[in-house]
Amino acid sequence: MHDRRTFLGQSAAAATLLLAAPHLAIAQAATDRRFVFVIQRGAADGLGTLAPTADPAFAGLRGAFAEDFAGGARIGDYTLHPALAQAAAMAAAREALFVHAIASPYRDRSHFDGQNVLETGGRAAYVLRDGWMNRLLALLPRAGARAIAVSATVPMVLRGGREVASYAPSALPDASDDLLTRVASLYEADAELHASWAQAMQTRTLAGDLSGEGGRNGAATGALAARLLGGAEGARIAVIETGGWDTHAGQRARLAFQLRGLDALLGALKAGLGAGWANTLVLVATEFGRTAAANGTGGTDHGTGALAMLLGGAVAGGRVVADWPGLGASALHEGRDLRPTLGLDTLIASAVSQHYRLDMPRAARALFPNMAGARALDGLIRA
Amino acid sequence: MSDIAIAFNRFGLGARGDDSPPADPRRWLTAQFERFEQRPAPIAAAPARAEVAGQLADYLEEVRREGRGRSPQAPAPAMRPGMSENDQLAGLPDSARRFIRQSSRRNYVAMVGARTDAALTAPAPFVERMVHFWANHFAVSADRLTVIGLAGLLEFEAIRPHVLGRFGDMLLAVERHPAMLLYLDQAQSIGPESEGARLAARFGRGRQRRGLNENLAREILELHTLGVDGGYAQADVTEFARALTGWTVSGLTRGPAARFMGLRGAPGDFVFAERIHEPGARTLLGRTYAQDGEAQAQAMLSDLAADPRTARHLAHKLARHFAGDDPPAAMVRRIEQAWLRSGGGLAAVYGAIVDSPETWAPAPAKFRPPWDWTIAALRALGTRHIEAQPAVGLLNQLGQPVWRPGSPAGYDDVNASWSGPDALMRRVEAAERLAARTGGRIDARTLGPRILPGALGRATASAIARAESPGQGLALLLVSPEFLRR
Repeated sequence: MHDRRTFLGQSAAAATLLLAAPHLAIAQAATDRRFVFVIQRGAADGLGTLAPTADPAFAGLRGAFAEDFAGGARIGDYTLHPALAQAAAMAAAREALFVHAIASPYRDRSHFDGQNVLETGGRAAYVLRDGWMNRLLALLPRAGARAIAVSATVPMVLRGGREVASYAPSALPDASDDLLTRVASLYEADAELHASWAQAMQTRTLAGDLSGEGGRNGAATGALAARLLGGAEGARIAVIETGGWDTHAGQRARLAFQLRGLDALLGALKAGLGAGWANTLVLVATEFGRTAAANGTGGTDHGTGALAMLLGGAVAGGRVVADWPGLGASALHEGRDLRPTLGLDTLIASAVSQHYRLDMPRAARALFPNMAGARALDGLIRA
Repeated sequence: MSDIAIAFNRFGLGARGDDSPPADPRRWLTAQFERFEQRPAPIAAAPARAEVAGQLADYLEEVRREGRGRSPQAPAPAMRPGMSENDQLAGLPDSARRFIRQSSRRNYVAMVGARTDAALTAPAPFVERMVHFWANHFAVSADRLTVIGLAGLLEFEAIRPHVLGRFGDMLLAVERHPAMLLYLDQAQSIGPESEGARLAARFGRGRQRRGLNENLAREILELHTLGVDGGYAQADVTEFARALTGWTVSGLTRGPAARFMGLRGAPGDFVFAERIHEPGARTLLGRTYAQDGEAQAQAMLSDLAADPRTARHLAHKLARHFAGDDPPAAMVRRIEQAWLRSGGGLAAVYGAIVDSPETWAPAPAKFRPPWDWTIAALRALGTRHIEAQPAVGLLNQLGQPVWRPGSPAGYDDVNASWSGPDALMRRVEAAERLAARTGGRIDARTLGPRILPGALGRATASAIARAESPGQGLALLLVSPEFLRR
């Protein structure tokens, strides 16, 4: 039952999509390069993670939150949250690159729809039926092209025609958010179950999974992922889901916990991969950002422009890539959010094709078939 | 719920997808009395008593040689979810650690696996349910070092052979079983006026004062037979405990004291040790028992089994198991009468439950406890065998580790114990995981009406139909109100 490996069968819809784009940009030799996608579910606050401290509007918008950056590492015009100590060390070693004011094509503010776009790579929610990482798998040489989800179930981003595995620690993993939502509506008419479930959901929201035990959960997840990716037989691509980023209230403490957990995860991943870190690309991204200004409950609400991170020995890092739109009132998207000036699709397609030496336009078409013809971002990966 | 759904779920272990709906649900249930397998293959393959008790004897001998102060009866550490084995064993002596590893891993786990597989493939699911009911009624808890490996054997050796027989025979088999004698400290109880006690007072180490232990006697009266309001007094408990002295387990200890008491013999067998038995006639509930030796407590047990208060106590417990936390009085009375008429004939008692209209009320009255839910879910998914270790882990996670209720009262049989928020969340987590294992091969839209015929509500059917994947549809079916209750 906790047969921990779950292989997903072939899905007809996914197979059709693959047939529509046959033999594109297939790399030939087996690769030892590793790619890890860390999903931040719940809309992580990019401005609270890498603060544009040189922007004159920042301190005014964020009030007390801005004080948290006093001890953080400076990277150009930006300051990294002090909880991200290991990520800061990676940046200093030019192994971490931050891309700010970035967003997927999704412009509304629903977590579920936003995550669907983030994971399917579609132009809108529920347009595509498989995930872009599963389509990436099809571009890699078949030998050794193994993918794993470090979770109980395979998240959308990795689902599709290619067989993938999932692995979670033996304690019962958290159920997926989508199922939780559906269970909630299933219990709506049942007084006993409805009350019980409402309470269960409240408890769960309070305990973001990364923040558990001062980051130890994050470290354990990172170490587990490193084991699954390690060695010649290890998976080549992996996805790690993290939750608890939806910080509508009490953000200062919660986000610090979350970031500490994420930092522990990244540090444990690097330590666990050892020499393999040199060939590794880690992407950290979320479905959308949060409002530029703090709200009235010490938090931030659903926004647009966000932060993405590339980490790993393969990354040409140590800098921030951004076409900074500014935080002045007139610069904000819809008067409230950081305006996105870079496409997350573009970043991912560029980084992954450079990492695996794939032809960029072809890879882009396979991963993000509806991507508007954007210019690639060059030099993300060390030559 | 339709009668078919009630037969499958309220009485049985949940339908399998390939079960054909019985034409006569009541007849389908009583016909199972002929089909029940007392020793199905998974249970026949489980570790044997001699092997398990032999390991226990080796451990106790090691403890004796080491002369450690620590009692071998020390509780086994609680197995909290997520705890590593090393955490659990921290602070215990090496001998105990080795023993727990061996006994808990090999024997306990293998027996949980055997129980699970037997439930998944049972030809008589209603009778299996009764086995589980009685094992919980006569609960031992595998949180004592000496009981971990033996707990499952109580069910296999003392419950299963008598589940369709007479209550009195089951009672006797249970109270003589090594798991029960060790769990409720009967094995060490010594009559204060017995030859053994007198010799120990003269030659034994003064610190080790040994004598009467009332634990088993009290629990037999309070839990196993009359019930807490059964009208017995402390004097009855003490008298019963005196009569029970000498009921112990052979072959577990090898020192000179064991030789003197006559405890040599195959490890783990019941033995009556005359030399530690309290001599003399005893009075229990106003009746005098003049018998010598083993026959004395045996006669008491036989009278307790036949006592009308026992019939009432068990009738209430059985009715509650099927008809809800507050069972209808008429139904309790009907079961009680069947019990008294048949002299505790259990098949007749089950027949009375099947014949009670209250059990066929369409609205589900009980929330499935984790064990029942897990078995029903696995059966629904077509599982016929699962690995034992993950089964142990899943039941731990869901909050009902097998044979480890933590108390001789067994697990609660009331809804509030199982339907709390965390328990519900864990079921949803487990359901998603179980459903994911099917790899999208099962369509919940067709499975649902088969396992819950006439019982699946519109809301659940439409939630399943709208699911984003076959796996999610299955998970929703397994956590639907209709599946959680019976």
